[in-house]
Amino acid sequence: MIEVKNISKSFAGHQVLNNVSAEFHPGKVNFIIGRSGSGKSVLTKCIVGLMEVDQGEIFFDNRNFTTLDRWDRKDIRQEMGMLFQGSALFSSLNVEENILFPLQMFSSMSKSEMLDRVNVCLKRVNLEGKNKLYPSELSGGMQKRTGIARAIAMNPRYLFCDEPNSGLDPQTAIVIDNLIREITYEFKSTTVVISHDMNSVLETGDHINFIYQGELSWRGNKHEILHSENEALNNFVFPSKFMQQIREKLRG
Amino acid sequence: MSSVYFHIGKYFLLMVSTFTKPEKRKIYWKLIIQEVDKIGLQSLGIVALLSLFMGAVVTLQTAANIDSGWIPRWTIGFTTRQTMILEFSSTIVCLILSGKVGGNIASEIGTMRITEQIDAMEIMGINSASYLILPKIVAALFIFPFMVILSMFIGISAGAFVGLTTGVVSLNDFEYGLQYSFELWQVSYSLIKTFFFAFIITSVSAYHGFYTNGGPREVGASSTRAVVYSMVLILVANYILTQLLLL
Repeated sequence: MIEVKNISKSFAGHQVLNNVSAEFHPGKVNFIIGRSGSGKSVLTKCIVGLMEVDQGEIFFDNRNFTTLDRWDRKDIRQEMGMLFQGSALFSSLNVEENILFPLQMFSSMSKSEMLDRVNVCLKRVNLEGKNKLYPSELSGGMQKRTGIARAIAMNPRYLFCDEPNSGLDPQTAIVIDNLIREITYEFKSTTVVISHDMNSVLETGDHINFIYQGELSWRGNKHEILHSENEALNNFVFPSKFMQQIREKLRG
Repeated sequence: MSSVYFHIGKYFLLMVSTFTKPEKRKIYWKLIIQEVDKIGLQSLGIVALLSLFMGAVVTLQTAANIDSGWIPRWTIGFTTRQTMILEFSSTIVCLILSGKVGGNIASEIGTMRITEQIDAMEIMGINSASYLILPKIVAALFIFPFMVILSMFIGISAGAFVGLTTGVVSLNDFEYGLQYSFELWQVSYSLIKTFFFAFIITSVSAYHGFYTNGGPREVGASSTRAVVYSMVLILVANYILTQLLLL
């Protein structure tokens, strides 16, 4: 479990996160949703340690991440996998080398064991036989799937996905959603997904955190979101008349 | 002024991260060999071409400017040697390389920064500064001196060839000039300067690339800054080292 306790973060006097506390549960797809500029990306960057918090604490299974220095964080970081919005694949490496990268750096596997692991990961994301292609030769969806394969190469306890569906067509987005959900249930990982995609949220949101103006405004699951009276949340999730009608139907 | 101190501090902190113990030495060796090829071997053409023509031109210029009959013809060989060994092969070649290699390093690392590839490394628990910068510095420190020696050899040889074929100097005179008052220390001085310049080019360029913030336009700006700062620092270091080592 990942616990975030009373986190605050500001940039040049502008408060981006204000006393945010949240929990992200293992074996569940935990969403962080919110409008652009609400602070959800900053929250995620603070959780993974790409940004330092001004105050507050972050616990990874009761290990206080915030008090550890860069070197002591290494052990926790090796338990993390992250899918970036733009995939962040190493452009000079092919698919196989991208997935091999964390294994070569940290595992004590032999070369053949590593290659077996790469093929298992590629099979898991339905990219068998694409080992030698370079990121520039892959479609957006294939890049995301390669990103997921790289993220799961080390069997992560914590999986972070930053806007996994951005730039993808609805059908491919569903493929990526299903993949993230299946991997979460299969590996019992604590998965944190930042998303704007309400289809994903309502389809796979086991636990949802809504950030509004730098504060945690609401938390619940995909069923509870339909019955929430939180105005900011309703305006965000059901912004159009069409969506509001769908909501009423689903409620009924 | 506080901005200058800020950048100097940030640069030194980056260097501390860079020189921290690498994760897996075996992987770093492989990276260093790749960088030797990228930074060094792929720059051999431009270094050879520049040295060839500079050696030839220095010989012709010296010959053209010796008006007085009191100045011996072996001065041509002597001047070509001194120019190539003391300044051209180390300082000028490194200034050229700061444009080619420095710009390349800054844009490569800067692109990795804006496409979140560096963040991806950090999240995996990899010391990205060490992984990306250390192999480049080590490779440059290793290969630059060889390139400078090659430049000296090509420049002087080109000077001799042009001198002989145009008839401005005889082989004996050129050879006498080359050997006249020669001290091995002059080559050492040039190589010591090269070590410093190699470090400046790679570390300063890497610094500008590593802290790129924004999009492709900022990568271009980082690359330009990397070249400009490297060049200025090479010129300043050249002056300081010359005063320290030669006077």
